[in-house]
Amino acid sequence: METINFEERFQEYVHSEQKVEPKHWMPEPYRKTLIRQISQHAHSEVVGMLPEANWISRAPSLRRKVALLAKVQDEAGHGLYLYSAAETLGADRADLVGDLLSGKAKYSSIFNYPTRSWADIGAIGWLVDGAAIANQVMLCRTSYGPYARAMVRICKEESFHQRQGYEIMLALCKGTKEQKEMAQDALNRWWWPSLMMFGPTDKESTNSAQSMNWKIKRKSNDELRQEFIDKTVPQAEFLGLTIPDEQLEWDEKTGHYRFGPIDWEEFYHVLKGNGPCNKERLEARNKAHDDGRWVREAANAFAKKTQERKGEHSAA
Amino acid sequence: MSDTDNWKIWEVFVRSKNGLSHKHVGSLHAPDAEVALKNARDVYTRRSEGNSVWVVPSEAITASAPEDKEALFTPADDKVYRHPTFYEIPDDVGHI
Ligand SMILES: [Fe+2]
Ligand SMILES: [Fe+2]
Repeated sequence: METINFEERFQEYVHSEQKVEPKHWMPEPYRKTLIRQISQHAHSEVVGMLPEANWISRAPSLRRKVALLAKVQDEAGHGLYLYSAAETLGADRADLVGDLLSGKAKYSSIFNYPTRSWADIGAIGWLVDGAAIANQVMLCRTSYGPYARAMVRICKEESFHQRQGYEIMLALCKGTKEQKEMAQDALNRWWWPSLMMFGPTDKESTNSAQSMNWKIKRKSNDELRQEFIDKTVPQAEFLGLTIPDEQLEWDEKTGHYRFGPIDWEEFYHVLKGNGPCNKERLEARNKAHDDGRWVREAANAFAKKTQERKGEHSAA
Repeated sequence: MSDTDNWKIWEVFVRSKNGLSHKHVGSLHAPDAEVALKNARDVYTRRSEGNSVWVVPSEAITASAPEDKEALFTPADDKVYRHPTFYEIPDDVGHI
């Protein structure tokens, strides 16, 4: 049988909304696209812990601290679910992690921005997790079964992340003048990078059409971005904060907000590794990996010893 | 990568509550069963998702091949007489 037949059948299969499972036949580019996307997603969860971890020891109350700890721990879990999903496609986790540590692999550029004040933790939960949720809710219906299942789990956990962030913003906005200014400053700095999280415009996004055709993606970058803006603007209004976009305007006709141009030069600048924290994040990730080596070695030694003891017992 | 980064893969099954079966929830890496169990608890039951966990080395699972799907499962499709609705019983008999 010719390959073309397999590909046509595959296309029909995903178009009839059936899920692809690990051992099914799939076009090589579908597998490769998924491995790249899922591993980048996993790396983002893992690197995403760093900007927030920066504030765990300085959280303003025990309540905030346990919440932030639980959130950061969740992100580690999300990374693990996603690496597992990538492995069902034949990837090796050690290789994927190796690519992250060497700087070869990409992760979401949003995590290359610094967390300067406590309000940044609020803004991240509200905006960054909010944007991630928009994307992840869509991915719950992605055509690859293990990826979709990981997303369902992740989405269940994410909603607390966004709420804890918004609650932090709310508390600051109800607080002193300085606190409210802190919240506004955080919004000013995180707004545009959050919009960039959805990726280039549909016109510029070369892989998007193929991904949509394979039902990996179900909505375009621009659609998701618009959804996020429409949802978030009223939330900012409730806080009494101003979105840093003078061209932001409600469009009666379309039922959507119109917004100003995104600085794509900044986006590509950070993507190429020249953002404010790219170097720092990679160094921190490498250090964490190296510092954890003795734990992995100890676990190995213990596993070996237990195995040997079992051997002695059964020999006796 | 050193051998410390090459732990084998374990499949994780969680019983959400007594009375239900264990259900596959995902996988993880661990050097042995004991650590696999501890990791499974941390990774898959952070929100009281279960009260019992199984971990099984992935390599211990034998799976049917997708190509064999027809040979294995279609013979059941035309055996409607294995279902209760195949049998005609007058309504007057009541529930049976
Ligand atoms: Fe996450
Ligand atoms: Fe999150």
